[in-house]
Amino acid sequence: MLAPAPPPERDPVEVWGRAATAVALLAVDPGGLGGLWLKARVGPARERLMAVLPGLLAPTPAARLPLTLTDEQLFGGVDLAATLAAGAVVRSRGVLGNGPRALVVPMAERLTGGLAARLAQVLDAGQGHCVVALDEGAEADERLPQTVADRLALHVDLSGLALADCPDLEIDPDLIAAARARLPAVRLPADAVETVVRVAHRLGIASLRAPLLALAAARASAALDGEPVVTEDDLICAVELVLAPRATMLPAEPEEAPEPEAEEPPPPPEPETGDDTPEPDADEDNVPDMLPEEVLLEAARAILPADLLAKLAAGKAPRVTGASAGTGAAKKGNRRGRPLPSRPGRLDGQSRIDLVATLRAAAPWQVIRRRLTPDAPQKVLIRAEDIRLRRFEEKSDRLLIFAVDASGSAAFTRLAEAKGAVELLLGEAYARRDYVALVAFRGDHAEVLLPPTRSLVQTKRRLAGLPGGGGTPLAAGLRSALDLADLSRGRGLTPSIALLTDGRANIALDGRADRPTAAEDARRMALAVRATATPALVIDMSPRPQSQLRDLAGEMNATYLPLPRADAGRLSAAVAGALVP
Amino acid sequence: MTHPFPFSAIVGQDEMKRAMILTAIDPGIGGVLVFGDRGTGKSTSVRALAALLPPITAVAGCPCNSASREDCPDWAEIRDETLVEKPTPVVDLPLGATEDRVVGALDIERALTRGEKAFEPGLLARANRGYLYIDEVNLLEDHIVDLLLDVAVSGENVIEREGLSIRHKARFVLVGSGNPEEGELRPQLLDRFGLSVEVASPKDIDQRIEVIRRRDAYETDHDGFMAHWTGEDAALRTRILAARALLREVKASDDALRDCARLCVALGADGLRGELTLLRAARAYAAFAGADEVTREHLRAIAPSALRHRLRRDPLDEAGSGTRVERAVAEVLA
Repeated sequence: MLAPAPPPERDPVEVWGRAATAVALLAVDPGGLGGLWLKARVGPARERLMAVLPGLLAPTPAARLPLTLTDEQLFGGVDLAATLAAGAVVRSRGVLGNGPRALVVPMAERLTGGLAARLAQVLDAGQGHCVVALDEGAEADERLPQTVADRLALHVDLSGLALADCPDLEIDPDLIAAARARLPAVRLPADAVETVVRVAHRLGIASLRAPLLALAAARASAALDGEPVVTEDDLICAVELVLAPRATMLPAEPEEAPEPEAEEPPPPPEPETGDDTPEPDADEDNVPDMLPEEVLLEAARAILPADLLAKLAAGKAPRVTGASAGTGAAKKGNRRGRPLPSRPGRLDGQSRIDLVATLRAAAPWQVIRRRLTPDAPQKVLIRAEDIRLRRFEEKSDRLLIFAVDASGSAAFTRLAEAKGAVELLLGEAYARRDYVALVAFRGDHAEVLLPPTRSLVQTKRRLAGLPGGGGTPLAAGLRSALDLADLSRGRGLTPSIALLTDGRANIALDGRADRPTAAEDARRMALAVRATATPALVIDMSPRPQSQLRDLAGEMNATYLPLPRADAGRLSAAVAGALVP
Repeated sequence: MTHPFPFSAIVGQDEMKRAMILTAIDPGIGGVLVFGDRGTGKSTSVRALAALLPPITAVAGCPCNSASREDCPDWAEIRDETLVEKPTPVVDLPLGATEDRVVGALDIERALTRGEKAFEPGLLARANRGYLYIDEVNLLEDHIVDLLLDVAVSGENVIEREGLSIRHKARFVLVGSGNPEEGELRPQLLDRFGLSVEVASPKDIDQRIEVIRRRDAYETDHDGFMAHWTGEDAALRTRILAARALLREVKASDDALRDCARLCVALGADGLRGELTLLRAARAYAAFAGADEVTREHLRAIAPSALRHRLRRDPLDEAGSGTRVERAVAEVLA
């Protein structure tokens, strides 16, 4: 694993200034902007910002959403306690039932897919709600789900700010109120749409929501400044807050021949000052000579995270999101599985009631309750505290796929050790509910020698006589393992892949002995493994560890483990340690 | 915002729009799957389509939008039997939806407060005769997917649990959208979608500008914008209705059937659903074009949408399955 990149060096005063602007803009047009994605650990900077927010957003009240939020709490539903007491259905309004709200989501990086989808729905409905997502993610793959992030206009990163960098914010609520009144009348200059779209395009932003949100931000900014028409400063502000944080590439210099457009004058020949360095004269008087597009790009370039390129190179910036997105491991069903004893609890729309247990809990109290409420129309008097919920335990079974290189001279020992490791792991499988499968690759193809199983007997029989020798069709082996992983995922297993090899790929997918193609095929298969976010482990069993295998593990997003002369015991311990938590 | 973005004002994305129109002409085609990047107008077009379609006539008090009193399920206590016009329902199925919310469940508060056994209909009932829209369908939990598969095929929702034994009609067009980078869809579910469309953000900068311009006009000058586009929508609605009427008349010759079969064989599609959908969609497309017979032209246009999701997955084919279909179309229908 690479060491985390050092935080980009930024001027704290500017960052804080942008954060203040973001908050003010959000207050002016909460519904139009969708919200604010605030990347910051818990700390004074964030607290300061959050302290002023409710006052600014007023009259829109802020509501803090717990991550365990239920549908009933969010959208409203039946208030069970009140219903039981009244003997008639009483409905609660839910957080969203009473007009626009600013939904503050703490620990937004842990937002589940379900809640994220609902928040996205809420934002799409356009009823004036906005979301303030407080993202405390430390790692690159811990972040707000894209579904929500894409819909929040303002992205602000406060990381690295100390208390001293954050003077008290003084934003006049009257100013905000005046800006809100002015907002509907703010006009866009004729070419603003075009300019913003171009800038977004050149920053590599695919989503079309981004330019829309940028325009909304520019409008809010103009309203705040009291301008009737959006000015260039407003656009710059929008680019800084909306577009630049979404950039996926550094803006290139203007293309030589832009697409034929009637109304667009050709870009004037500009003095070249270097590749990506901000041009020093951007703020000077010759600004009107530049195309607004270039001015905006300069603004974006100046605040692009310095490590963007590094992240792009490492393939980290794009959106293979792990924990919060994707189907797979997180399977905490209280809906299916082995039944557990019922527990008292609240009905929240997610859980299911155990009617018998509920009645049983209510039964002893009937006499007393009847005496207390003699006129109650119900036959059975049930109170909220009687409710018993059904609980189920379901564990997603794990599948460990061994992809074993059976090529070359060392094949026999390696296969024997792999077989031993499989049997060792299976020996503990009853305790841990693991399935094991084995794919061997040799010659020009790979085959599944052991389909996913927990049966030790079957394993021993199937793995009794393993063939070995021949070339190394690494890509074919990976493909078999990946297919098996996909298949098993569909059956509710959670697969991981352990690749055991000592060699380099020398047989391509089509069976030809062609080293470069083979390596390329293996690399692409590795990327395919990465795309499915299957946890993987590459065990290098060669006497001397090889850089190619290390790189391959990197492509696969897998752990690389050099383990020369491993025996079955060490192998199974290593695999269990690396893949099975 | 009361009126959704008009369907005809959506810029580009012709394949997606066409697929949606075809399901409006013939709901039997069986749903549309839209895979693509964020912010490409997937959800916008579903909502727009529903607003475009003519309203349905339904019993006011019926939980599953039945067309007449006789069609209402017997468990529903219908208080209001008048026939009213409702907009075509579009029901969102959120990702975290529980089984109870999807299929319906025992009405707990009535069971507890009044001691009555009553059924509380779920999302499937509300989606009857309309659209069921699942955003991020590839992230849906497996057991919900299983439920949907079953209902989508049979057109009927059967509930057997907690002492309930209830069934009601649930005929809906399944529209799923998602981003393939975040997870694949199970092949079983994939196959149930009639048409599959891949959308991408428009690469053409003028097109992008036009998108933003219209959206901006929609938000800032709502009335003027709607006044302009309602007319276009009405014209499209007329065409869809005409196509619906024409649908029965459209003939498919033996040659057309042979072409369908040859295409599917050439592509190695599993099962026969490929041919069936291809033919059905081509027929709807012919009706939409005002033709009275399915021609190769129609097949050629529809084949990528109808077949691209039925191919065996090949993780190494970077060209994408759409290109593979086009290649096969070029060979077979040369």
